[in-house]
Amino acid sequence: MGTADIEAVWRIESARIVAALTRFTGDFELAEDAAQEAVAEALVSWPLASPANPAGWLMATARRRAIDAIRRRTALQDRYALLAVDSAIDEEIDPDKIDDDVLALMFVSCHPVLSPEARVALTLRVVGGLSSEEIARAFLVPVPTVQARITRGKKTIAAAGVPFELPPAAERRERLGGVLSVIYVIFTEGSTATSGDRLLRPDVAYEAIRLARTLAALQPDEPEVHGLLALCELTAARFPARTGPDGSPVLLDEQDRRRWDFSAIRRGLAALAKASTRGLGPYGLQAAIAATHASAPSVEATDWDRIVVLYEALGRVAPSPVVELNRAVAVAMASGPAQALAIVEELIASDRLPGSHLIPTVRGELLARLGRRPEARAELELAARLCANQRERSVLLRKAATLS
Amino acid sequence: MPKYLLITRGTDESNAAMMANIDEMMATTRQFIEEMVKAGVLLAAEGLDDPGQGVVVDFSGEAPVVTDGPYGETKELFGGFFLLDVASKQEAVEWAKRVPAAPGSKIEVRRVPGSDEVPQVDK
Repeated sequence: MGTADIEAVWRIESARIVAALTRFTGDFELAEDAAQEAVAEALVSWPLASPANPAGWLMATARRRAIDAIRRRTALQDRYALLAVDSAIDEEIDPDKIDDDVLALMFVSCHPVLSPEARVALTLRVVGGLSSEEIARAFLVPVPTVQARITRGKKTIAAAGVPFELPPAAERRERLGGVLSVIYVIFTEGSTATSGDRLLRPDVAYEAIRLARTLAALQPDEPEVHGLLALCELTAARFPARTGPDGSPVLLDEQDRRRWDFSAIRRGLAALAKASTRGLGPYGLQAAIAATHASAPSVEATDWDRIVVLYEALGRVAPSPVVELNRAVAVAMASGPAQALAIVEELIASDRLPGSHLIPTVRGELLARLGRRPEARAELELAARLCANQRERSVLLRKAATLS
Repeated sequence: MPKYLLITRGTDESNAAMMANIDEMMATTRQFIEEMVKAGVLLAAEGLDDPGQGVVVDFSGEAPVVTDGPYGETKELFGGFFLLDVASKQEAVEWAKRVPAAPGSKIEVRRVPGSDEVPQVDK
């Protein structure tokens, strides 16, 4: 077996092994360390002799490493505790418990005591089964930075005494929201890379979709989980049309809709149906907006009135300047640029999105449509200066140039 | 991301072995499917009816000719599939190894290219 084969087994097994070990030992840090030691051993020994049952080998080895670690710690203090753990750790994985354990693992890796960066890194590492190198590539940060985030994250979990359990009913909804937002942050990094020279990183977005699917399977009665999955599927469905042959961004109105991924759209619509049982939440509403685009044959034939209504609803349940700005774009399509410009001017007056390239991008667009070309050009040039993604920046500059 | 189709190919012998233990086979298959759903990788899965019940529509001549199945002289016939959305070919192969398949049958692993791989033509 080669490295790629071992990584493949690990991706499938990681969450279950770390979850089961954390339950046995009650110690997330120890469980994760033991699991990583098992992978490291596999990378050395499997190329020489592949085990008959790779998944069982990993679990057994990780378990042994966990017992070794506990022995070292408790040798002098508490031999009884060791005996108890020793026998518990010999139990096989209980299929009825493992789902709850994997879910508990997601709640731990997305715990609010962690920094946002640590939540992302730990979730990809323990639930997604990605290596530090893969996470570093996904977020365009150095490998030692990822390693430091993971190490610090594990220490934080231990120091805060975070229990390995499903959150109590009273906190459940809020904590689930925390898990959803970690998955969404990962998806967003793949769907609009915040920096770097590529607009899309589908492999990063894929990790989020996979996590959302797992969560939807484990929490099938939570509408917003399906809402998030629908949003991710419907957004990713447009990826094949979102960049041109040279990698430059193609905006919605210029996309070749035949390139959209229609099976992803179908999956997204199916997830959206499951999300809308009790009125849509913020993710469900965004998914409904994406679904409206996905079902339209062209920009002109899009139901913009419906999109405006959905943005209004979104603005009520999850108010944000970005939602307001998107509402302005939809209003421009439904009722014309003048009304939309009024919304944008209000946003600027309230200074709720300082330093972002988004406001001048939209304002420039609207001014151009109103025929106020010099103002439009200045605005698009400002947007280009503020934009961190090189691909988007060059589109803005190209647009500005056409207005001179 | 690339998808992979795991195509199960059974022989008369492996199909007979499967039918002899059909209850157990159904239970393990259901468990396997659930595992893939929880791993976030399964997009679709179906099992096909007896190849003898199929028909073959042949386009060799001017008009399509319909004959009774099974298809061709192949010993291992297409019996079902799992469509997976995985990170790598190795992962697809790892899942293929875990399919509860009857002895003597085979699993063919084929990549499904994404629509982003279709070459773009400038308008």
